[in-house]
Amino acid sequence: MSGTILTLFNGLSLGSILLLIALGLAVTFGLMKVINMAHGELIMIGAYVTYVIQSLFLKYVPEPFFDLYFLLSIPIAFLIAAGFGILLEVSLIRFLYKRPLDSLLATYGVGLMLQQLARSIFGAPNVGVQSPSFLNGGLTIGTLVLPYSRIFILSLSILCLVAIFLYFYRTTNGRRVRAVMQNRQMAECLGVQTRRVDLVTFAIGSGFAGIAGCALTLLGPIGPTIGTYYIIDAFMVVVVGGVGALVGAVVGAFGIGFFNTIFEFFTSATIGKVLVFMLIIAFLQWRPSGLVSSRSRVLDE
Amino acid sequence: MGKIMNQSIFNKKNLLLLGFIVLLIAPLFLTDFRLNLLGKYLAFAILVIGLDLLWGYTGVLSLGHGIFFGIGAYAMGMYLKLEASGTTKLPDFMAWSGVQELPFIWVPFQNPILAIILGIFIPLMIALLLGLLTFRNRINGVYFTILSQALVVVVVTLFVGQQGLTGGTNGLTSFNTIFGFSLASTTTQTVIYLITAAVLAIVYFASKVLINGRLGQVLIGIRDGENRLRFLGYDPAIFKTFIYALSAGIAGLAGMLFVLQVGIISPTMMGIIPSIEMVLWVALGGRGTLIGPVIGAILVNWAKTSFSESYPDIWLYFLGLMFVIVVVFLPDGLMGLFKKFQKRWSGLHDKQPDSARVEKNYS
Repeated sequence: MSGTILTLFNGLSLGSILLLIALGLAVTFGLMKVINMAHGELIMIGAYVTYVIQSLFLKYVPEPFFDLYFLLSIPIAFLIAAGFGILLEVSLIRFLYKRPLDSLLATYGVGLMLQQLARSIFGAPNVGVQSPSFLNGGLTIGTLVLPYSRIFILSLSILCLVAIFLYFYRTTNGRRVRAVMQNRQMAECLGVQTRRVDLVTFAIGSGFAGIAGCALTLLGPIGPTIGTYYIIDAFMVVVVGGVGALVGAVVGAFGIGFFNTIFEFFTSATIGKVLVFMLIIAFLQWRPSGLVSSRSRVLDE
Repeated sequence: MGKIMNQSIFNKKNLLLLGFIVLLIAPLFLTDFRLNLLGKYLAFAILVIGLDLLWGYTGVLSLGHGIFFGIGAYAMGMYLKLEASGTTKLPDFMAWSGVQELPFIWVPFQNPILAIILGIFIPLMIALLLGLLTFRNRINGVYFTILSQALVVVVVTLFVGQQGLTGGTNGLTSFNTIFGFSLASTTTQTVIYLITAAVLAIVYFASKVLINGRLGQVLIGIRDGENRLRFLGYDPAIFKTFIYALSAGIAGLAGMLFVLQVGIISPTMMGIIPSIEMVLWVALGGRGTLIGPVIGAILVNWAKTSFSESYPDIWLYFLGLMFVIVVVFLPDGLMGLFKKFQKRWSGLHDKQPDSARVEKNYS
């Protein structure tokens, strides 16, 4: 029994990480029809930012205040990843609108360069980040121990989800984003500055990747390829969930998270991955454009 | 006008013939080591022709061709491994993982002819299945690309995980003989090289015929305006699935020739990075031309060998930078650049519209 609950909890935890990563992806793809393959490297940047801040705290800040580094690194990781995102958008992606396959390749190239950059700066081996002491240990329910770090990640991603929901559905900027998503030309005609909307949205999506990277440091050592490990699953979330609505990403993320852990629990890690892939293909037979797709009369190209 | 066109085609043909002759007599002036490298590049060149049929002509980008290449290579590797271990004994790594008797998956690979057929057939069937399940539901563009990449992750994890069946991360290596001939001997290697060159020529010309025919027109039509073609009564899904399966089969064939010359196949050679490198070869050479990707494959791999020999760290920077440069500045690759210069020099065809490329101006 406790094993089952633990499996379910791990599924929830994996789902929350995927959600954190996929939120940014779904938004940029839904809005700009741009696939950002460097998203995984933005996660990596977030993780290394946390590592650097932690190292600085170890060196310069007295022991009792060490734990504060983590609370500080979440916003900083967000800002730095968002900064990289803006840089990427301005210097590269804006030339590749409506060329999704090309944007995919070009951002892949950027991703490779960032990976190698991280390898040059921090070295190829993984580095460990010391978790803040208040996240050590876990919540004990009967014989069950739920690690605080995973509970923290779960709450963090729910918080991010709520934030992005409020931004999208309760602010003027968010309304503009949705308008551009639905019909770019019409939004433009009505005076929405689509370029600015693109840039801000891309920055937010990238920032969430930074937060995801920050969260991943709690789960284990980090390395230059930490992003690629999660990114493909996150893309599957976007494919399964469909673009255009946050609900899709939520269901997709927790669905894939759950099935991944359940299959891995009952078979093995490798067979589990195969089964999840087959399940996704089967799901797409039923819902080819994902769970939630925006309806339109436009012939999609 | 017609005369000039004819002449330029004639020149092109001559150049191709010259290139092929150079490849044929390469064993006479290259050292064994360099010839072996060239053979490896030619195996890659075979693969990119298939990838180009899919991406350059049909507009479907697969980031998963490393898998098809790898499965072909494994099929050949399994046969070579069995021949190296003798008919009754098990391959060495199986004994290490405690496998007692030959797994049934391995049994057909005792026969070389069957192994070669399966090396083409298995990738082809996987692609056929995935193609049918996706293209028929109109899962297109980036969605398909992402799925094809997920396929890589799945297959590579499977190959790494099934230690006793596939040799795990080490893959298959230490082969001895093929059809009883020693793989280490120069003569065998030269013959394999010549076979590779011949296969390249055959695949090239077959693709040329395919592209110049009616089918080629349909494929280009799918690339440039899939919906228009659908309105004309064609079913793009069938054509896409066919070309995807064909290119997977070609990739499997290339993989077999690769393993014969390199002598090892492991999951890292079919993973995400190799799969995407293959796409770069096509992009750099010039998608939508047949000769471009071949040149791209040879050029990039030659550069990789020379770079990795001296600066292994720089290679990934270089690879990433090339992706960005090619996509942003050279969407038609080196062949596009070449054509541009040719046009400027001749100054004759300036006002002719480029009929092969229809801009997508609707969304």
